[in-house]
Amino acid sequence: MATSLPLPGQAHRVRPVTPASALARRMLTLLIVHGVLIAGAMFILLPFVWMVVTSIKSPPEIFAVDFSLWPKHFNGVENYGNALSKVPLLRFALNGVIVCGVILVVQVLVAVPCAYALAKLRFPGRTTMFALVLLGLCIPIQVPALPLYMGLARLGLLNTYFAIMMPFFLSVFAIFLFRQFFRSYPDEIIHAARLDGMSEFEIVWRIVVPSAWPAIAAFSVFSLVAHWNDLYWPLIVISDTHLATPPLGMMFFADAESGSNYGALTAAATVLTAPLVIAFLIARRRFIQGITMTGIK
Amino acid sequence: MAKVELRSVGKSFGDVPVLAGIDLDIADGEFLTLVGASGCGKSTLLRIIAGLEVQSSGSVLIDGAPVDHLRPHERRVAMVFQSYALYPHMRVFGNIALPLVMSRLGLFDRLPLLRALSLRRRRVMPEIAREVHAVAAQLQIDALLERRPSQLSGGQRQRVALGRAMVRQPAAFLMDEPLSNLDAKLRVHMRTELADLHARLGATFIYVTHDQIEAMTMSNRVAMMDNGAILQLGRPGDLYARPASVKVAQFIGTPAINLLPARVSAQHSVELFGAELPIRVPRPVGAALTLGIRPEAITPAQLGAPAAGRHVLVGRLHRSENLGAEYIVHVDLAQPASGVVICKIAADPESLVDGARDLALVFSPAACHVFDAEGHRIADAEVPNIASGVGAVSMSAVHP
Amino acid sequence: MTAAAAVATSATLPPRNRQQLIERLAGCGFAFPAFALLLLIDIIPLAVLLYLSFTDYQLGALDTHFLGLDNFAKALADPVFRRSITNTFVYVAIVLPLAVGLGLLIAVLLHGRKRTRSFYEVVYFLPVTSTLIAMATVWQFLLHPSLGPINGMLRTVGVHEIAFLSEPAYVLPTLAAIGIWHLVGFNMVLFLAGLSAIPRDLYEAAEIDGCRGGIDRFLTITWPLLGPTTMFVIVTTSITAFKVFDTVAVMTRGGPMGSSEVLLYAIYLEGYQYFHMGYAAALTLVFLVFVLLFSILQTFVLDRRVHY
Repeated sequence: MATSLPLPGQAHRVRPVTPASALARRMLTLLIVHGVLIAGAMFILLPFVWMVVTSIKSPPEIFAVDFSLWPKHFNGVENYGNALSKVPLLRFALNGVIVCGVILVVQVLVAVPCAYALAKLRFPGRTTMFALVLLGLCIPIQVPALPLYMGLARLGLLNTYFAIMMPFFLSVFAIFLFRQFFRSYPDEIIHAARLDGMSEFEIVWRIVVPSAWPAIAAFSVFSLVAHWNDLYWPLIVISDTHLATPPLGMMFFADAESGSNYGALTAAATVLTAPLVIAFLIARRRFIQGITMTGIK
Repeated sequence: MAKVELRSVGKSFGDVPVLAGIDLDIADGEFLTLVGASGCGKSTLLRIIAGLEVQSSGSVLIDGAPVDHLRPHERRVAMVFQSYALYPHMRVFGNIALPLVMSRLGLFDRLPLLRALSLRRRRVMPEIAREVHAVAAQLQIDALLERRPSQLSGGQRQRVALGRAMVRQPAAFLMDEPLSNLDAKLRVHMRTELADLHARLGATFIYVTHDQIEAMTMSNRVAMMDNGAILQLGRPGDLYARPASVKVAQFIGTPAINLLPARVSAQHSVELFGAELPIRVPRPVGAALTLGIRPEAITPAQLGAPAAGRHVLVGRLHRSENLGAEYIVHVDLAQPASGVVICKIAADPESLVDGARDLALVFSPAACHVFDAEGHRIADAEVPNIASGVGAVSMSAVHP
Repeated sequence: MTAAAAVATSATLPPRNRQQLIERLAGCGFAFPAFALLLLIDIIPLAVLLYLSFTDYQLGALDTHFLGLDNFAKALADPVFRRSITNTFVYVAIVLPLAVGLGLLIAVLLHGRKRTRSFYEVVYFLPVTSTLIAMATVWQFLLHPSLGPINGMLRTVGVHEIAFLSEPAYVLPTLAAIGIWHLVGFNMVLFLAGLSAIPRDLYEAAEIDGCRGGIDRFLTITWPLLGPTTMFVIVTTSITAFKVFDTVAVMTRGGPMGSSEVLLYAIYLEGYQYFHMGYAAALTLVFLVFVLLFSILQTFVLDRRVHY
């Protein structure tokens, strides 16, 4: 016997909740929620599924008017072989690794000491430097791109690894992020290290950095994803296919293949997208942490 | 204002049992405290009464009607959380008014833009404002109504949380360790305020705390819990004077009760360190006992001083702490070197404990609590009344 | 003070002053590389841009003339440029509410799930990690009028097939849909983080106070307390949407007939295809002004209202 107890002045009677109706309501809610989520998931996954499936289909099936999801004739080897031979796909991936790796290393090497100095040390020009960092945060790469391009052209440095990597050696975002982190690092530990005779340089790399590892790892993820997928700058400075990064390589390939060999095209797309996706599936937590870090600005 | 009854309420999280069939009757207008160490299940029980947790078995009744399937706001209970849970984005007025707004206005009347069109809202809001002001005045926070919670002190936030509870005129107030986040001085002050509030409102208060002082000073009755069960339910004085088990005896009272190992002697009395105490214990000879003596029941004295009708232990002064109004004396027992006994005495004019090294610890057998091997109180222990020769004086008579 | 005495005192500087000196040297030294790079990559280029925008410099030209503000005047009058601004704003106008709204919706739906949450998180986040260019190529195929499955499905339902990418009216919404596809997971993660920051006992207090269903809880607690997160998501989404380039460069090249030519693509054409450096510099500055406006909006206007 369930009764309802109205509050004084209550606007409406509340219907008592019986176990059966509570269960029904829960089921309905679950149904709607998962319905929406699955519909969205299907929209999200559609290109991925289609990409992989097409990459193993044979041309007649791809061009068939009534399409079917699963290929009847397995043509994967040919498509992938085609893609890999027509255009140096693996080379693109290698370029991606080299470029992103070097960029990340330099970014961290430059940003960590600077962030530490901004957070913990008093030196002339500190406020100006920080103001400049904040300013830099607002300036996307597309802005200095033009003068940088002209400068590199003047120096004959276009079409080099250096050209692709150079504008990104400085990451103001990294400086900002690490500074936030270092600010909350206890001063007492640093004082104790100084008393023990450590130089500032040692303090940074041997004491503070290990504790900032989560922030560095998260930033690494952010940087790798951003630069692996960057098109604008490589497009400007690179015309030699041998130096192309994955996005640029994909574009070259699409140009070369315009419109005809969808099998090979999707095979290439799969090969170029796979590394990051696989890395994401393995290191999910770090990825999501890295992205969430940008929210703690 | 209502009475709350719990019938065999049990709760398990998966395989882990947290509450074992609790039976509890809380009278209308009573201040009942659930007290116990962390993890004993008291907060879980409170949340089950509130409806925030669903019990695994058993039933909760408010005013005689089962409320098990009612949602929390339908049960007409109000809760004050340990962290106060004030809505940070609303001002104090909004916080206190929210329960009234929720119950008297429909969804349409509350939607951000459309509500400007609502006639009902126009009629109802002045009433709500009046009630909020009335409650705020009672708690003396009417000057704070326009502030945000982040601008208030701990004590002020607590009062706002109380106001939010009071404005609903609930059947029962449920409080989950509301004083834990306050500093010591403020806590003492708020204890008085809460007790006064209870007296003024005459409402049913169900209070959860791990602090035995709060339990003792504010409640009509105390339920001490341990491991998901109620060890003892009674008035504060009962738990102090007649603890049902060793655990209760240890929890209530500061400093904690002294516990000494003893046996049942051949004459069915208590044998402590080879000496016999005139306490008759109808238990098998040789059975293990625990003798409990509260620090305030032991008086240190000069060795050799007469101690008619009382028992004496001998020990050496270990340390004495001077609290101003009283001394807390730690004494190492001489024989058989079995631990430290703590005594509490009023300020000592004879500097007895400042200088003296070997002391006699004097106590009355009637002031002892006897527990069996499992820790349960032996209720039928008796102290024979030797002086008057009129026969045995039951232990329970000594502790009124 | 004699020279010897001065040397003697400096050699025995009290530890405090030595420490300060070391700090200052270390600070300057640590910050120097970053400073040098800042100068090289941001400051000097900005100055150059400013200078260029007042000239009619073309790459490889022999002489350059100072034009004053002519470039800017030309841009304002240029129908191509104005069209690119309009296109970009239309794109942002479509992407912003949907990417933010859907991200919020998915996050709210996911927040309560325990077992399926990981799965959906992974799925929705996949587009963020994928290489947009590669996926854009796949989208091109998906949207193909005769070969693509989407039009295939439309045909089975009886609707006439839609040329998503070659019909001027449909191009921007289609690109916007792909942009939303790319961004939803990112926003979802940010909102999930914001939702987790809301203390649970606020919801319990609200339930006791009478918040009945999901809508009540959302309006009373969730939405107000998500304020800072929502604001951040809105700003980042609008800036990211404003910088749209990849999909245009790969899928439409600004077509059909310039109906998908967005600001960055117009700049790209002017600067790196036509080599009108002076004009492109002026356009870049306009672009920068817009981006700065979005960032400033975050820092000042919305920030105040939203923090408790």
